[in-house]
Amino acid sequence: MREAALQKTGSKAAGQQKKDSFFSELHKNGLLYLLTLPGLLVVFIFSYLPIGGIVIAFQDFNPRLGLFKSEFVGLKNFSFFFESSDTIKVMVNTLFLNTLFIGIGTLASVAIAIMLSELGGKWFKRITQTIVTLPYFLSWTVISMFIVALLSSENGFINKILGAFGIAEISFFNEAAYWPAILVLIKLWQGAGFGSIVYMATISGINPDIYESASIDGAGRWKKIRFITLPLLKPTIILMLLLAMGGIFYGDFGMIFAIVGRNPILYPTTDVIDTYVYRALMDLGDMSMAASVGVFQSMVGFILVLTANQMARKFSPDSALF
Amino acid sequence: MIKESAADRIVKLSIYVLITLFALYCIVPFLMVISSSMTTETSLLRDGYGLWPKEFSLKAYELIFKDATIYKAYGVTLFVTIVGTALAMLVTCALAYPLSIKTLKYRNGINFYVYFTMLFHGGLVANYLLITKYLGMANSIWVLIIPALVSPWNMFLMRNFFKSIDESLAESAKIDGANDLYILFRIILPISLPAIATVGLFYALAFWNKWFEAMLYISKEDLFPLQYLIMRIMSNVEFANTISSKVNIPGFATPTYTTRLATTVVTIGPIIFLYPFLQKYFVKGLMVGAVKG
Repeated sequence: MREAALQKTGSKAAGQQKKDSFFSELHKNGLLYLLTLPGLLVVFIFSYLPIGGIVIAFQDFNPRLGLFKSEFVGLKNFSFFFESSDTIKVMVNTLFLNTLFIGIGTLASVAIAIMLSELGGKWFKRITQTIVTLPYFLSWTVISMFIVALLSSENGFINKILGAFGIAEISFFNEAAYWPAILVLIKLWQGAGFGSIVYMATISGINPDIYESASIDGAGRWKKIRFITLPLLKPTIILMLLLAMGGIFYGDFGMIFAIVGRNPILYPTTDVIDTYVYRALMDLGDMSMAASVGVFQSMVGFILVLTANQMARKFSPDSALF
Repeated sequence: MIKESAADRIVKLSIYVLITLFALYCIVPFLMVISSSMTTETSLLRDGYGLWPKEFSLKAYELIFKDATIYKAYGVTLFVTIVGTALAMLVTCALAYPLSIKTLKYRNGINFYVYFTMLFHGGLVANYLLITKYLGMANSIWVLIIPALVSPWNMFLMRNFFKSIDESLAESAKIDGANDLYILFRIILPISLPAIATVGLFYALAFWNKWFEAMLYISKEDLFPLQYLIMRIMSNVEFANTISSKVNIPGFATPTYTTRLATTVVTIGPIIFLYPFLQKYFVKGLMVGAVKG
């Protein structure tokens, strides 16, 4: 209402009016803008300033000379990075592992959500839901302890069980081939239960009348799941897939670094862009090379998010992010 | 009520079986680590990790609690979690509330300003340089807190919750002469408890589980948080030994493995105890926040 009043008084020149409305807005909502200030500052310092650091990727960066005095070398760092055979391996690993994580993870989360919402018994449902979401709350360093206890060759839990069945010990930490599967299983253990919450929310929002009329028409449990729950979950599934797709070029650094750590035997299947960048930075101290990989990763990630969003708009407008 | 058919009962039964199996898959590693931490080192080395301690012993716990390391790490983690969560909630709510008000003119601009950081990053190198070289925050406990005060994801969750509150509430307070600060702290926040519990839990968890920042920026042992302590104990057997060897018992093998496990259990303890109480809040809170804004 006040806005309308302000517009009426705006009989001055257009430029003057624009200025006026900026200051009058500040005057009107000054306290609200003041509230946003601390948050805006934190975001600026820790998210926007580093974007300026992208310059390093185009420099022969020397920490002693700093950001402003290091020599500018153009795309040299990038060509170095694309010529290395490691890079291709690392990119393939990142994409492969993330595709597995997203695909299998989504399937499992949707399945768990459907199963949990089909359960009648209150206490059984509550206990199982608590248990399956619990692992999400552990840090990867703690989980890596679990993994060692499970997989170590001599006294690990899995090998003890295999031993009980007379199966020879497997030395998991010396065999790269097992690791994509192991990592997927760990990711499922950690995230599938928690991921199901958002799908459960959607299911609980479905109008119960639909199920009722379906049962009057003679639909059983399975038919109701297949023809009501799943189709109505589709927009949420697409949205979650899209969100995940934007990050497909980012490896789960916390997970892989904490679990695989510095075990070069496992690099062929587990080394992802993020762990590679970390080593380039910390072990080789090659800031420019690490930065160029990081810039490439950010660019591709950015393009992927935009593409994913465009696709969402096409398929189901409700799922688009912006 | 229509009587259940045979097919329905099969579907129901398989659901029970499958969900039980998955729940077992989730819980067994916990049981294994907890029981193995309560056994003797010799039994652990001989019999391996199991679901039941063969030779019950709390020696590892005695050892880690005799040494100052774990207390210091607990202190660091508690400080980071409590102070971090309180500050983060303050900053996040202060940012989210104005963004939930439809009459705020530059709302969309600010929205995009925050959202963009979810799309594009400067990368690890730039962050590392900024924090170590230009801000000089290395080896300060604040490096674990300040950069994490705004998580865009949590901010948007909070904003969506504020949006779901009836506008007339704030409007009528305004007519009564309340200013925006008063409205936020006295009217909006008190009715937002489910959202505060949810987002607060997410922040608390992120602070509790911080280790990567510690690994990058902290080299002083006194400032190691719990999670990074575990990382050190894992990757560095000697570090585990220093904890247990400070307690001198002649002719006693240093219980490296059980010490590791006990430290892990001590770290996850508070979460496991708190979690069942908070669960119902965050499931509800997430459902509200999941509504697209």
